[in-house]
Amino acid sequence: MSKEIRSSVSDDREVVFGILNDSKHTLNQLYKAHFPMVLQLILSNNGNEDDAKDIFQESVIVLYNRIKSGNFELNSKLKTFIYSVCRRLWLKRLNQKSRNISGELTDLENLESIEQDLAYHEEKDAQFRQMEKALMLLGEPCKTIIEDYYMQNRSMQDISEKFGYTNADNAKTQKYKCLQRLKKLFFQI
Amino acid sequence: MKSEIEIVSLIEAYLRNELSTEERGAFERLRNEDASIDHKVVEHESFINRMAEFGQHKQLLADMDMAHQQLDIEQLKADVLPVSFKIRSLFRKYRFNTAVAAAVAIVTVFATLLSTGYFSKTITNNYSALRRDINNIKRSQNQLIKGINDNPSKGPVNPGQFGGTGFALSSNGYVVTNYHVVKDADSVYVQNSLGESFKVKQIYVDPAYDIAVLQITDSAFKSLGTLPYTFKKSGSDLGEDVYTIGFPRDDQVVNRGYLSSLTGYAGDTVAYQVDISVNPGNSGGPLLDSRGNVIGIINAKQTQTEGAAFAIKSNYILQSIGAIPQDSLEVGLTVNKKNSLAGLSRTDQIKKMKGYVFMVKVY
Repeated sequence: MSKEIRSSVSDDREVVFGILNDSKHTLNQLYKAHFPMVLQLILSNNGNEDDAKDIFQESVIVLYNRIKSGNFELNSKLKTFIYSVCRRLWLKRLNQKSRNISGELTDLENLESIEQDLAYHEEKDAQFRQMEKALMLLGEPCKTIIEDYYMQNRSMQDISEKFGYTNADNAKTQKYKCLQRLKKLFFQI
Repeated sequence: MKSEIEIVSLIEAYLRNELSTEERGAFERLRNEDASIDHKVVEHESFINRMAEFGQHKQLLADMDMAHQQLDIEQLKADVLPVSFKIRSLFRKYRFNTAVAAAVAIVTVFATLLSTGYFSKTITNNYSALRRDINNIKRSQNQLIKGINDNPSKGPVNPGQFGGTGFALSSNGYVVTNYHVVKDADSVYVQNSLGESFKVKQIYVDPAYDIAVLQITDSAFKSLGTLPYTFKKSGSDLGEDVYTIGFPRDDQVVNRGYLSSLTGYAGDTVAYQVDISVNPGNSGGPLLDSRGNVIGIINAKQTQTEGAAFAIKSNYILQSIGAIPQDSLEVGLTVNKKNSLAGLSRTDQIKKMKGYVFMVKVY
């Protein structure tokens, strides 16, 4: 009950703090509160629900990047921010899909300056895709070792047990080789 | 010199703050001394950060997918979409067909209106030209009568397909009637009050004013003698007593009435409206005022209104006569200017007029 009340009154400021603390509850709340709006925007502009999901998730990533980079000022509603980002992203995608869709979504004007955020987002996105590709090429078990150690911060001890290495040093050597290969792949692509 | 693996694990431990203070101090000294180690530290740090970011990114995506799965997308879709969306998408789909259908409908409507004569003013339901359709029974009766009388006229015995009235323009055989009486005629005869028929030819027609000028070409025709009436050039006054002589049947019939309006059907300025009882066959008859001036020529009446007949104004007759090129006429057409009816009583006027009004028979 108390949870329900808290989520219904939670304002934008709380959401920002939640994001800074990596709260899953906040993410769920954000999703519930704003996804319908984006769904409506996309559906009424030649899109389907999968497009809406993609666009909305991208906009959330942009929002996370912005908040975590530390220079986020709450000078408009989060809803407005998300809406602007989604609108821009969708417009862009429509333009890519077909050159002859004359691209003005007849809706609110652009209330937020989100140019920088979008540029940053694109750059990051390219890097992430590169990393993903490199990891794919790396193959097992290197991929899992790297992910476990560097992304989930598990200890070398856990990893060597999981993969059945006789001691942590062997695991370390294996990890070192994997990392070297990953670097090579990453910078080659 | 330490192996590459050891250096990397040292760097990692350093970056993760897993070194003790002594080890850390030693490593920082090493880093200051050896530029290549420093370089490696920076490089490794950025790469590890990159991977960490990637990890967070993937985590976020996974979390969002979780959140997404909790939502009932179909329900949301139904909620957010406006009710008219279905209709709008239907409209988008069929708007071209709709446009074509609408265009066809418009064309059909106008074509129908045009073909039924909705746009032409002269043919209207409650306006009927007073030309007489002579039916077959009448014709057979007439044949009998004409047989008994042993009629001396040379004209055909049968009374014609249509009948109207005409009256003399001049003593040498010019007759005026309505255009609609002689329209589409094969041949036209005029018959005087004595029952004599003469063949005529059309000299001039003016469909706009509904006027036709005929000339008697029959060899049996002799001069009519001086006309007793004149044509009035100026307009007449409302309420003036008028009468007409015509052939709504096979004998002359006189009707009287008064001028009720200076304009004709639907404000037509070419005609007068006359409150007079006229019937099919009166078309082309002269409309005379009390002094024996011809002020018009009866041409139609309004069917659903009592006492509304129409007569073309006499100055349009004069205009039509003026429009006939005189060179094309075999004998000159001069309009009578001397009125000998003025001052006579109505019955005397009619007696004098009698010989100058003809039944027009159209075959």
